[in-house]
Amino acid sequence: MHGRPRKAPKPEDEAASSAKAQKLRALQTQFFTFHHNKIYTKEAVELSAKLLEINPESYTAWNYRKLAVEHYLNLPDCNPDSIKSVLDDELRVVENALRQNFKSYGAWHHRKWVLSKGHSSIDNELRLLDKFQKADSRNFHAWNYRRYVAESMKRSEQDELKYAEDMIYTNFSNYSAWHNRSVLLSALFEKKAGGFLLKEKVLPEEYEFIHQAIFTDPDDQSGWFYHLWLLDQTVTTDSPLLASSWPGHGSDVLLVGDRCYNGSAFSPFSALHSDSGSFPIVLYFNQPVGGVNSSTVTVECGFNKNEDLFWKPLSASNSQTARVWVAHLKVPSSDLHSTVEVSVGHSKGIISTRGFVYSHPSMFSFKVHVQPMERDSSQVSVAENISLREENFKVYGTQSEESIIDSFDQLIIKNGHETTASNWRFEALAKEIECFRELLSLVDCKIGKLTLARLLKAYDAMSYPFANKLVHSEEVLELYSDLMKLDPTHYQFYKDEHSIVLLQKVTSSKESLLQHCFQYKDSASSAICDPICLRLNNLSLSRMGAFEKLLWVQMLDLSHNELQSIEGLEAMQLLSCLSLRNNKLRSLTALEPLRKLKSLRILDISYNQIGDQSIDTTSIGSRNSKMNQKLL
Amino acid sequence: MDDIPPYPPIDPTTFDLIVIGTGLPESIIAAASSTASKSVLHLDPNPFYGSHFSSLPLADLPSFLSSHSTSPSPPRSPSSDDPNEFSLLEFATRPLYSSIDISTFSPNLLDQHSRKFNLDVAGPRVFFCADKSIELLLRTGTNQYMEFKSVDATFVGDNKGNLWSVPDSRAAIFKDKSLGLVEKNKLMRFFKLVQGHLAGEQDIKISEEDLQSPFVDFLNKMGLPPKIKSFILYAIAMADYDQEDTGVCRDLLKTKDGIDQLALYNASIGRFQNASGAFLYPIYGQGELSQAFCRRAAVKGCLYVLRMPVTALLVDKDTGCYKGVRLASGQDIFSQKLILDPTFKVTLPSGSSPPLPLKEKLPFFSLKDDKGKIARGICITKTSLKPDISNFLVVYPPRSLFPEQVTSIRLLQIASNLAVCLPGMFVLYISALCNDDDQGKKLIHAVMNTLLTVPLDSESNAAVQSETAENGSAVQDETSESSSGGPSDSGEEKPTLLWSALYSQELTLGQVDFICSTPMPDGKLNYNDLIDTTFKIFQEIYPGEEFFPETSLENPEGDGDASPET
Repeated sequence: MHGRPRKAPKPEDEAASSAKAQKLRALQTQFFTFHHNKIYTKEAVELSAKLLEINPESYTAWNYRKLAVEHYLNLPDCNPDSIKSVLDDELRVVENALRQNFKSYGAWHHRKWVLSKGHSSIDNELRLLDKFQKADSRNFHAWNYRRYVAESMKRSEQDELKYAEDMIYTNFSNYSAWHNRSVLLSALFEKKAGGFLLKEKVLPEEYEFIHQAIFTDPDDQSGWFYHLWLLDQTVTTDSPLLASSWPGHGSDVLLVGDRCYNGSAFSPFSALHSDSGSFPIVLYFNQPVGGVNSSTVTVECGFNKNEDLFWKPLSASNSQTARVWVAHLKVPSSDLHSTVEVSVGHSKGIISTRGFVYSHPSMFSFKVHVQPMERDSSQVSVAENISLREENFKVYGTQSEESIIDSFDQLIIKNGHETTASNWRFEALAKEIECFRELLSLVDCKIGKLTLARLLKAYDAMSYPFANKLVHSEEVLELYSDLMKLDPTHYQFYKDEHSIVLLQKVTSSKESLLQHCFQYKDSASSAICDPICLRLNNLSLSRMGAFEKLLWVQMLDLSHNELQSIEGLEAMQLLSCLSLRNNKLRSLTALEPLRKLKSLRILDISYNQIGDQSIDTTSIGSRNSKMNQKLL
Repeated sequence: MDDIPPYPPIDPTTFDLIVIGTGLPESIIAAASSTASKSVLHLDPNPFYGSHFSSLPLADLPSFLSSHSTSPSPPRSPSSDDPNEFSLLEFATRPLYSSIDISTFSPNLLDQHSRKFNLDVAGPRVFFCADKSIELLLRTGTNQYMEFKSVDATFVGDNKGNLWSVPDSRAAIFKDKSLGLVEKNKLMRFFKLVQGHLAGEQDIKISEEDLQSPFVDFLNKMGLPPKIKSFILYAIAMADYDQEDTGVCRDLLKTKDGIDQLALYNASIGRFQNASGAFLYPIYGQGELSQAFCRRAAVKGCLYVLRMPVTALLVDKDTGCYKGVRLASGQDIFSQKLILDPTFKVTLPSGSSPPLPLKEKLPFFSLKDDKGKIARGICITKTSLKPDISNFLVVYPPRSLFPEQVTSIRLLQIASNLAVCLPGMFVLYISALCNDDDQGKKLIHAVMNTLLTVPLDSESNAAVQSETAENGSAVQDETSESSSGGPSDSGEEKPTLLWSALYSQELTLGQVDFICSTPMPDGKLNYNDLIDTTFKIFQEIYPGEEFFPETSLENPEGDGDASPET
């Protein structure tokens, strides 16, 4: 029951509870005897009922009763009346157990099981639920069971929606009711039931509704949860999309056998050294997907057959779904100039983790130029010793700017078909932004600031393909900086968000990205080519992000940040040189993503905190940040 | 009351206390004194309990009002020739009601069922679920004699006939359709501030300086928009006078008092599980309350005699001290103390000089009414003012109906489920403080014209218009009145008036002396102030006694053997 303080037990209570335990032990012993000997007599079954009334959490007793019911139902003289009476007995026992503890998982589950037998009236269940939900309108067991009953009864979502609404009107601090509302609406969206056909009609009304709760009491969290769900519904497109790829559409890839390439017509963004005679093709989706394989993604080129391609998901959890997929395309070791066409999703099979099919087939093509290895320079390559020292970097010159402009536009894939249909999303977000600016002018409210930051970020992300810049990034960064001060408990969460927005800002325009691109030139090296290093050092980053724009990076300097995790770095398949010097990585587990970086040759992890703590907190840390996200 | 039946003599003839009149203050004092083991005789000239606090059948209300509207008759006979050692001081009645105006638009229906109505003389009145009267009822066990139902909502009215629900709780603010988001936020924050202050949270304490400043200034300081300010001042704190016009405001609320009112309101909501709103109303009408205390007194040994007028005060010839009263039956009854209904006043025989001690006390007898008057109206309709809801309060804040309106007008609609009228009918109680009768009539009429269709046929329009005490001149049958609703301003059908009583009531204060007078019903919505005054009177007459000591609960008696009716 909510809102009732716990009282310390009095001595007489303790005496009573030990007497109860005594009795319970006796009952239990006897019960186990019956259970093990498969005795299902009337007395034995009644004993289990007695046990369950005292302790509804006794799973074994519930299972015993299930066996007993099966036993009775299989008796030769079984008739509809006796079935009904047996099952009615079960319902009665469950009800008594629930009276004892209406949050007993075992009891609610047993009730479902009895009803699934199909001999009991489901109408009684709603009446029972009304009683329980009146006693505690926020009991999620009851709400769960209610969904089951409503579904069995084929009660319309609209009726249930009305019920949840009534409960919300009684007391809007009710997570369960808001949650049920979101579940019901999702079901209606999916069914495309009349009136719920369009999210664009329903969501603005829902926003209006939740504003009433949020403005009335911004300190109440349940409303914010529902708002977060609405925001998610507004922003997320159902169907997964290809966000970016490497190589980019229309790009030229130069594969060289050694560290040098001549032919200055090629951008350093797409020149690649390859020892293995192959190069990766990376697909970066906007959400985790599964089903990427040689039948859903076809690669046409003159020198290789599609069937050989093996698509591999890149995710930390080794699951068969991921945002990033990679395949290695073998190239002949001779001079070659060839066009490669990659078609994604022309045959169905790519499915998002939410179950939506990739339904916007796309195609990109690029040219491959192979420059075979020159034997005599291979020694230089082996002896090479890259050192990321300050004096080795030069600001990336303007001489190649032309080619970079082209390259920059190739970094992401524009999905025109999606954006045309989403005017309402813009309108909804713009309205929300205005609304929460107003709220913040009234009250200083942490969760209001966080929501505004999320809204602005979502708006920017949505408008980026048109505006080519992130209009609100400064404001978002300020909000997160503010939150770090206001709410130190969740500092790390805000810091992570801040880092990601900062990275998005850095990668949002050619100009800002160029400020972080440096030409590496080691005076000691005999190499005549100067690789590009992306330097994201000294940015106080606690997390990495914006990977979809960074798939091309081969040399990355992340030194002097506050990284505790490098989650997502596995997307950067071309990385050959990485500095993580002076960060806050605490364990080797935190380096897990590096295992997927097959091209990585140079790694600097000096000055971290690996081994500082005897307990590896990496995974716990990342779970915590997920929890924070939920809690906020 | 003209033909008084012969009375059996009262025995004993000496009491600690004689209480005349069974209005609420008198009844509470009778009960408290009996509880304190005093011998009490409780008399009432009326055949019913409650006096000015009673609930009366429809036909009896006009006669009760008019019997208290006449000027006192001159002393019937000089009393100096009394044979014994007492001087007699005649009782006279005081005119307490004026401009009584009864209009009947459906005589057939209402006359036949007069007894089905229980009309409060002192309406509109409700109990806050957490107020002093409820505490007193519970503490004394008197609640066993009464049953209550919830008054479901409070609305604020405007001059277009709209009724806006008052967002008086978190859930109500959330649900409200008329407030904007910013207004909701400001109002809820204000409520939280008040709650925090009341809960003694350190960081949200309202400063002493603010507490002593006018409440309206504090609300302004909190940046509350006019609409919300009006809700808080008049529909929650129940202020009577325009708080923003110090020229006319006679009850300028301090922040402290305003917060206390909010606390009372807040504690009232949700106090009882089956009461959805902040208020309660007793089944069978407000008269039940006085009667319940009489029953409580009777259980404790108080002696009750109804239909017993008192003719004169017995005063010691030599000392001038009060000795007792002479009843209409001719019997003399003696007591140490006397409590007097505000109906009565003592007149001195002309020419004779009063006994010295009494003379000194005399100023106390002149119950001055510098508080002005209260205009009251009772209307009966066959449809609710608002569909789907039957028992509710409506507040018209100052200047909401017309510019010269300086006081709040309150309206209480009570339906037949509270056993105050015929099934399917509704009783509307309206009241407003005023300076004089004309002003009062204007206030009551303003509400009636906004909310009701007053039948104005050529044959029956005299009553409401002429503001005289004409009774029954309106003749109209039921069928024609439902069709005579006519087009109203708002386009919606307004309830049609079946019957109305309008009157002004004097606001006399209680007086404390060796003979004490109780106050008339005040202009408040609840009984809090009256209970405070009653408590003071009790303390005055029995300074050493506790007012309903806690132990009185230990002996909760049934009402079997000693009901007040005996």
